[in-house]
Amino acid sequence: MPDEDRPKHVDQHAKPHEKSVAAEETAAVAAVDTAGGAISPSAVPATAQSGKLPGGPDTLLRKIFTGSGVVSVLAVLLALILGGLLIAATDERVATTSGYLFARPTDFLSAVWNAATRSYIALFQGSVFNPRGSGLAVQFAPLMETLTIATPLITAGLGVALAFRAGLFNIGAQGQIIMAGILAAWVGFALHLPLGLHLLLVLVAGIVGGALWGGLVGLLKARTGAHEVILTIMFNYIALYFLRYLLNTPAFQRPGESNPISPILDPTAVYPQIFGSQYRLHLGFILAIAATVLVWWLLNRSTVGFEFRAVGANPKAALTAGINVSRSTILVMAIAGALAGMSGVAQVAGTEKVLTDGVAATYGFDAITVALLGRSTPWGTFAAGLLFGAFRAGAVQMQIQTGTPIDIVLVVQSLIVLFIAAPPLVRAIFGLNPRRKKPAAAGKSQQAATTGGAA
Amino acid sequence: MLQPHIPSGTVTDASRLVRVLKLELRGITKRFGSLLANDHIDVVVEPGQIHCLLGENGAGKSTLMNVLYGLYEPTEGEILVNDKPVSFRGPGDAMAAGIGMVHQHFMLVPVFTVAENVALGAESTKAGGFLNLEDTRRKIKEISDRYGFDVDPDALVEDLPVGVQQRVEIIKALVRDAKVLILDEPTAVLTPQETDELLDIMRQLKSNGTSIVFISHKLREVKAVSDTITVIRRGKVVGSANPGDSTTALASMMVGRAVNLTLDKAPAKPLEKTFKVKDLTVIAPNGHHTVDGISFDIARGEILAVAGVQGNGQTELTEAILGLQERVHGSILLDDVELVGRSVKDVLNSGVGFVPEDRSVDGLIGTFSIAENLVLDRYDQPPFAKGISMSPAKVLENAKSRIDEFDVRTPSGLLAAGTLSGGNQQKVVMARELSRPLRLFIASQPTRGVDVGSIEFLHKRIVAERDQGTPVMIISTELDEVMELADRIAVLYKGKLVGIVPAGTGRDVLGLMMAGIPQEDAASDHAVKTDRAAKTEHAANTDQAVQPDQTFKTDAAAAEGRATSSPEGGEHA
Repeated sequence: MPDEDRPKHVDQHAKPHEKSVAAEETAAVAAVDTAGGAISPSAVPATAQSGKLPGGPDTLLRKIFTGSGVVSVLAVLLALILGGLLIAATDERVATTSGYLFARPTDFLSAVWNAATRSYIALFQGSVFNPRGSGLAVQFAPLMETLTIATPLITAGLGVALAFRAGLFNIGAQGQIIMAGILAAWVGFALHLPLGLHLLLVLVAGIVGGALWGGLVGLLKARTGAHEVILTIMFNYIALYFLRYLLNTPAFQRPGESNPISPILDPTAVYPQIFGSQYRLHLGFILAIAATVLVWWLLNRSTVGFEFRAVGANPKAALTAGINVSRSTILVMAIAGALAGMSGVAQVAGTEKVLTDGVAATYGFDAITVALLGRSTPWGTFAAGLLFGAFRAGAVQMQIQTGTPIDIVLVVQSLIVLFIAAPPLVRAIFGLNPRRKKPAAAGKSQQAATTGGAA
Repeated sequence: MLQPHIPSGTVTDASRLVRVLKLELRGITKRFGSLLANDHIDVVVEPGQIHCLLGENGAGKSTLMNVLYGLYEPTEGEILVNDKPVSFRGPGDAMAAGIGMVHQHFMLVPVFTVAENVALGAESTKAGGFLNLEDTRRKIKEISDRYGFDVDPDALVEDLPVGVQQRVEIIKALVRDAKVLILDEPTAVLTPQETDELLDIMRQLKSNGTSIVFISHKLREVKAVSDTITVIRRGKVVGSANPGDSTTALASMMVGRAVNLTLDKAPAKPLEKTFKVKDLTVIAPNGHHTVDGISFDIARGEILAVAGVQGNGQTELTEAILGLQERVHGSILLDDVELVGRSVKDVLNSGVGFVPEDRSVDGLIGTFSIAENLVLDRYDQPPFAKGISMSPAKVLENAKSRIDEFDVRTPSGLLAAGTLSGGNQQKVVMARELSRPLRLFIASQPTRGVDVGSIEFLHKRIVAERDQGTPVMIISTELDEVMELADRIAVLYKGKLVGIVPAGTGRDVLGLMMAGIPQEDAASDHAVKTDRAAKTEHAANTDQAVQPDQTFKTDAAAAEGRATSSPEGGEHA
């Protein structure tokens, strides 16, 4: 051991030790997750599974802050802080004040603070509550917009999360939304049925469309062993170009229109607006809540969900226990497709009321992020969907009020996922590594230091 | 017992201290959060001794050795090498101090040659940065010759049998001048013959002055080779024992209560034969016949144990019965119902209880709760489910009674199954499979990696199932277990049935049958003592001393050899 290392070793004796505790704990979780490396890890974190992990944090406070869900919250917080710095970096006033940073550093710091907070306040006003509005109705309009945008994110996110739980990386929500949108829209504008029945049929058509498109992937995977990631990506392309083709055929193109846009859906075929015509928020949001409850029940209280989870966590053990893995694969992809299909219906029958080739926007891809942020649990996905809905809704307001580019929100979204993927990193940054111990007694560390070089 | 090495260990002559090494662990404590893995452990390893650390799985033996090897930093306590305190910050430090370790799972690169593996991490180079393997090759040859290892430095590691790979690990340590060799459960992966060879090697190393820390829970081996035994239980040293102590005494000390090692098993009362396998052949995807034309049957109330070295078709045989294998020819009849071609679920529902050989991969879902694992194959049946709606309350209720009945040591049924120790995991699997009416019970390696206390319990449950009139099939690579449980023994070799012999058949004959020699030949071979038989017999008569006139005659070693040779003969007397 080089001499210059020794004093450092005395001072920070506790530090490497703490790190090793964190590393050992991570290793312990990984060991449970992968049966000591014998099986490949699942996409779902071990802490989101049914089995509790022992030896958790000792105090209540620590328990709250190191609980697995908190990592998601901290990841969001961290991403917002970094996003704030990015906003500041593009801010003009920050640039000017940095010119005389050393003369008056307070100017610079307050400029940074102002730039970030102004943007985030605008983001909040654009997504939750706008105090400058005239009357409650207008003040809460942003929240309604957030819920509207969150609706397709939640249902598609649930689809992705459910597939995750069964060990399938479903990238195909985008295609499933599109196929559902095509069928739902067609039923909506081409058929003319009585009120109630028409909407029901629109909903069923969309769900069936998504379920078929997803189920087909499951079938191919189960029968041929083709990888679901490749399948779903390709199915996304097929769905998108199929939609573009259809929008140029007489059956789908609006009469007298050269743009690829469908006729408007019949009034009998669209979701009713929940709080009246002043907001876009529609029945789809209520259905998204219902879907969340349903998925929760399916995963935690049904035999089907038990199979999904078993196949996802350890397919070999599931097979040995007599679970039909192929059937589970097909079924879970069909249900995932059906959930994504609800997003498609929400788009054509709720928000847009027409079919265009932008029907799915990027909801299908954002759904993956939403599911990851929600740790593949139903209510986690619901909350993550709301958050992303808020980002989307608020980003516009943020750009209008402060000139901060919308892209910054996308960066924040990406940072969130980045931090979610590395929970120990987030915990380390916030100093929340569980089971941290008091430094060893001074005498001991002294001793360790003096003998440290012996070997 | 005799303690002949203390004089040589206490020699203060500086030149000798370079050769030998006295190792002392003083008050070692290692905490993982609330778990106290090691609690003020004191161990002294005298030079030239085989010091056994005996303890159940999860007693803290491996943690202690990882502390010693520099992989963990101790929470408290110190390590002394030749009475000087040291601090290891990594395996590199430990190696430099003369401590070598052979892990249970080998740390070798399969596609490298022996020489490359040995050189790895301490490569010597020629001018221009080219690898100089000549030096390493020479050293390997030297060590290999000295101990009769018979290791070719240029062989690819992946081509070598497990026993030889282990020797490569030992060579790796010796090349780095290890004076203390830690062997962590070294016999877990070996055949009975390979185990005996390893014990021989250990004796030779000892007489050459190398101390060995031998970690094991297999009493037979411990008694055969140790000089000193330290028993560890729940992270604490509970005392020392002599190799001469009775197996029962050692086991009781290890478990902390009286253990009955000889299974109380009434003679089998076989009823009608309800499980019949005829001309069963299993073809692997590569066209290889992994099970080749096997026929046997099992009566109700009888245990058939299938013996054989790992990888001789046992896994495929059980998988074929369960319906997990794709290409199966022949017939498997249970109660006159054909099982070939049925789904796993059908087979299980027809009353087959199955304990897979690798519980953590095939038997349990580590991230699921214990309660859910206890219904893994019955989650969709009443009372756990009505239609597709499951009742968590019923699942938990079931878990409570199973945990009590099978003495699974856990604070709660809601804990992830992967956090349990090996023995407790096995109890969960057994509890699940034995808690419904069975028509056939198959257990593959029922006690692999399970501690002595649990083995006793699990064996009793298996015999109880037999006594209820269930046909029982046990697959085990542990000869002791086979001999303990079996009413009849079937031996598999390369997918073929070598023969079925009665329970009383001797270890030596079974050992030969496991090498593919039919019973009749095995019995006669044994009489004329072929090469293999001699080795097998060596296992039976461990009192055979290591020849004191080994070829190592370096000066210091010779002195060491004199010191050890005299007690060696009397050790097992």
